[in-house]
Amino acid sequence: MADFPILSVMLAVPAIGAIACLLVDAPKARWIALAATLIDFALGCWLWASFDMGGHAAQWQFVEFHPVFGRFAWALGIDGFALMLIMLSVFLMPICILASWQAIQKRVPEYMAAMLATLILMIGTFAAQDLLLFYVFFEAGLIPMYLIIGIWGGANRIYASYKFFLYTLLGSVVMLIAMLYMIGVAGTSSIPVLMAYDFDPHVQTWLWLAFFASFAVKMPMWPVHTWLPDAHVQAPTAGSVILAGVLLKLGGYGFLRFSLPMFPEASSQLVWLVFGLSAVAVIYTSLVALVQSDMKKLIAYSSVAHMAIVTGGLFAFNQQGIEGGMMVMLGHGLVSGALFLCVGVIYDRLHTREIDRYGGLAINMPRYAVLFMLFTMASVGLPGTSNFVGEFLGLAGMYKVSTTMTLLCTTGIILGAAYMLYLYRRVVFGDLTKDDVRAMPDLNAREILTLAPIAAVVLWMGVYPESFLKPMRPDAARLVERLDRAKPAGDSMPTAGHPAAKPAHGEGHEAAPAGHGEAAAKSETH
Amino acid sequence: MSYATQLMMTLPEVVLGIGAILLMLIAAWGGQASTRIVSYAAVAVLIGAGISLFGPASAGGEAFGGLYRPDMFAAFAKAVIFSAAAVSILIAPRFFATTSGDDLRPEYPVLILLSAAGMGMMVSAGDLMSLYVGLELQSLAAYVLASFMRRDARSAEAGLKYFVLGALASGILLYGISLVYGFSGTTLFSGIADAYAGEKSMGLLFGLVFVFAGLAFKISAVPFHMWTPDVYEGAPTPVTAFFASAPKMAAMAMAVRVATEAMGPAVHDWRQIVVFAALASIVLGAFGAIGQRNIKRLLAYSSINNVGFALIGLAAGTQAGVASVLFYMAVYVVMTLGCFLIVLQMRDSEGNQVETLDSMAGMSRTRPGLALAMAIFMFSLAGIPPLLGFFAKLEVFNAATAAGLFPLAVLGIIGSVPGAFYYLSVIKRMYFDEPAPKYAGTPGIVEGGLLVATAVAISPVGMFALPCLMTWTGLAAKALF
Repeated sequence: MADFPILSVMLAVPAIGAIACLLVDAPKARWIALAATLIDFALGCWLWASFDMGGHAAQWQFVEFHPVFGRFAWALGIDGFALMLIMLSVFLMPICILASWQAIQKRVPEYMAAMLATLILMIGTFAAQDLLLFYVFFEAGLIPMYLIIGIWGGANRIYASYKFFLYTLLGSVVMLIAMLYMIGVAGTSSIPVLMAYDFDPHVQTWLWLAFFASFAVKMPMWPVHTWLPDAHVQAPTAGSVILAGVLLKLGGYGFLRFSLPMFPEASSQLVWLVFGLSAVAVIYTSLVALVQSDMKKLIAYSSVAHMAIVTGGLFAFNQQGIEGGMMVMLGHGLVSGALFLCVGVIYDRLHTREIDRYGGLAINMPRYAVLFMLFTMASVGLPGTSNFVGEFLGLAGMYKVSTTMTLLCTTGIILGAAYMLYLYRRVVFGDLTKDDVRAMPDLNAREILTLAPIAAVVLWMGVYPESFLKPMRPDAARLVERLDRAKPAGDSMPTAGHPAAKPAHGEGHEAAPAGHGEAAAKSETH
Repeated sequence: MSYATQLMMTLPEVVLGIGAILLMLIAAWGGQASTRIVSYAAVAVLIGAGISLFGPASAGGEAFGGLYRPDMFAAFAKAVIFSAAAVSILIAPRFFATTSGDDLRPEYPVLILLSAAGMGMMVSAGDLMSLYVGLELQSLAAYVLASFMRRDARSAEAGLKYFVLGALASGILLYGISLVYGFSGTTLFSGIADAYAGEKSMGLLFGLVFVFAGLAFKISAVPFHMWTPDVYEGAPTPVTAFFASAPKMAAMAMAVRVATEAMGPAVHDWRQIVVFAALASIVLGAFGAIGQRNIKRLLAYSSINNVGFALIGLAAGTQAGVASVLFYMAVYVVMTLGCFLIVLQMRDSEGNQVETLDSMAGMSRTRPGLALAMAIFMFSLAGIPPLLGFFAKLEVFNAATAAGLFPLAVLGIIGSVPGAFYYLSVIKRMYFDEPAPKYAGTPGIVEGGLLVATAVAISPVGMFALPCLMTWTGLAAKALF
């Protein structure tokens, strides 16, 4: 089965589904969309299962190459990072379709087609191995999202849709010029080749800034994050899930795939910029989240804060930081998606997102309260949940580069606990004083079906992160090796300890800690 | 070289010229009744002229002592021009039949044929004199077409405005030509290029500036764009579709040939002019369009905006730059024809034309197919991938970055963002707003077929045509270097 073009098929299935959706009526469109996304999820599982994670496996797997577009090629292929992000996309998508089952009542066929188009573009962005093909997928994602926000969004949807579109477009256009320059200088548009190409360090700075403009907006980093709360609040529930769950990860993926490996010197030079903006973002947006009265807005600001830990981790230039950044991205994708679904559940019942309108839900919606509690704790980063792993690794990696920045970013965890617990207390605890709130029924089977899988994976990631770390480890190691020559000097200066000799059997099933131990030991020699 | 060979090289124009004269005779004797037959015959003549491009007309070389260049560059431009002209003839009968006032008269296809002959001459000219003659033939036919609806005040006004400003521009161009001739001693492009390669006198530079000013008027680049919105709004819609497509392509191809063949050695002198015109057109086209309430005026500003992007490719001044201009204009012509095909369907229940943007509200629910096509064109004009308009922009910016014009490329591409705003506003009206009364206009088989063809060509399916189109534009550009 080595020749089966599984990535192309994963793109083709939703494409066929989207066209089919447009031709049928609403109930059929829902089923077609669900079927298409489930097929993609199954294909994704197959992809994960057949992905070679051995130490000597090729970096790029499932490679496809067809030079059908003249200047650029239909070149697909994935490494561990892309695999995990594709898994995240195909996992969240059927859940989004289920979440919109009843919430979306008008123009259902078009809605389902737009969601499937988004799925194609997300998979394509992560799988593209050609610079221009990447840009095509990356930028085309604006179209369905613009329509989803604009047609099915809330009261202020038009403003939000414009802001989303123009902000992200403005961010990305300059990147295109940088890409064209890179293709001109290197003579190829192949991403794997460019990742090993050494650009002139002076030019790198400019190229890095051009890419940064795009990814910082997508990420989003402070101070260009302002489109996010608007887009999140106005988008329909499933749109918010996709935005928070996957589209924000495009920024982090961009840093990982382009900024760091292609411009190592520039990344090292400008690491202060990334850390500075990340630290500001963590503290500022966490404080802003604390005073929100709109649930979706609160979660949107918390996204900005979490993404800042991702950028901090990625620019730590070491194994822990990069793996941690990826893990936060995956964890945040699940948790914030689930939180938006939780908001969607009660929004569907009461049609308001005002926190003050709720209270005491633990009494009449116990199942909801339990799941919401789990995701709140995961968002805070409680050990045993997905976000703890990522945040711990990310901050540990960052610590080796800048202790001050780590101190500042770590306050985000405390503030995160503050605003999330405060939200949870106001919505779920307290007395049931309002009659309309009392009349709200608990989760139905469909809603449980959307939230339970995410809850399971959140716990899985928290308890046994190795499943998720293993595919990425060789890629993170390659990236660290590539960055080694430009690595900024750290200010933490840890000294080597004297650990007791490891028992021989510890190597086998505790590969993860052992791997980190080695990386840590390596940096100690500086 | 015998006359027969030279005439074979100019076969497209010969076919068009003879066809136009014969059809004019038929129109004179047949009167109003012959409209239909003349229209179809005119389309057949255009197809014939298109087929004749495969012969010596695209083989390269020169005819009539360098006055005429039958090269691949001209052939590419002519293929686009003839197709656009044929579409403009095909969409006319239904428009005039449903519009009260004037009927379609058989002069309409004849005028378009004459204009096409002039445009063929413009893009093939190897001498400033043949260039000017071709340009005037095209323009005179166009002035008449603009005021074709004689009883409509707006149409008459458009024709008059076009004529006065067009005559002014022709004067400026002619003044520039006289200066160039005076200081170089020749009107042949090859001779002019030699003069510019040597010591450049002040007279030659002034000549260059005036020639470019005249050309800028014809492609409606800022600061010579003022006529465009008024003429586009006033002229009958099929004529506007024609103005926005074929003469644009012809004027741009002519400008490219003059810039690279005649004034190639002076690239550093004209590049400043082109860079300014490009950026000014992009910015003014974008911001000018934001306040528009009329779809035809909006498309006029959009054409100014698009010409700005095409000029970025010209500013590069390289072979890749020329190829990108041709590519851009070809894609632009398809997009703009598609837009006007939709404008033709915008009629209220009594059959009157509706041109306001607000009437497009909710079109996605009343006319989903039409709205989808319009959305494709709008996203494409805004340069969003994976639609073909993005690849056109990609090519021009690629040429500019390869030529090292980074500030121009960065400013130009940032300028595409405000442009995207008003394209989005059209989509917002169609998709987000509550429906306005439904349009009653229905496309016939011809219009419907053309609409589907243009929309599919611009949609992601069109990406598969990229290698073919790039090869062809590459060959065309090679003919100039």
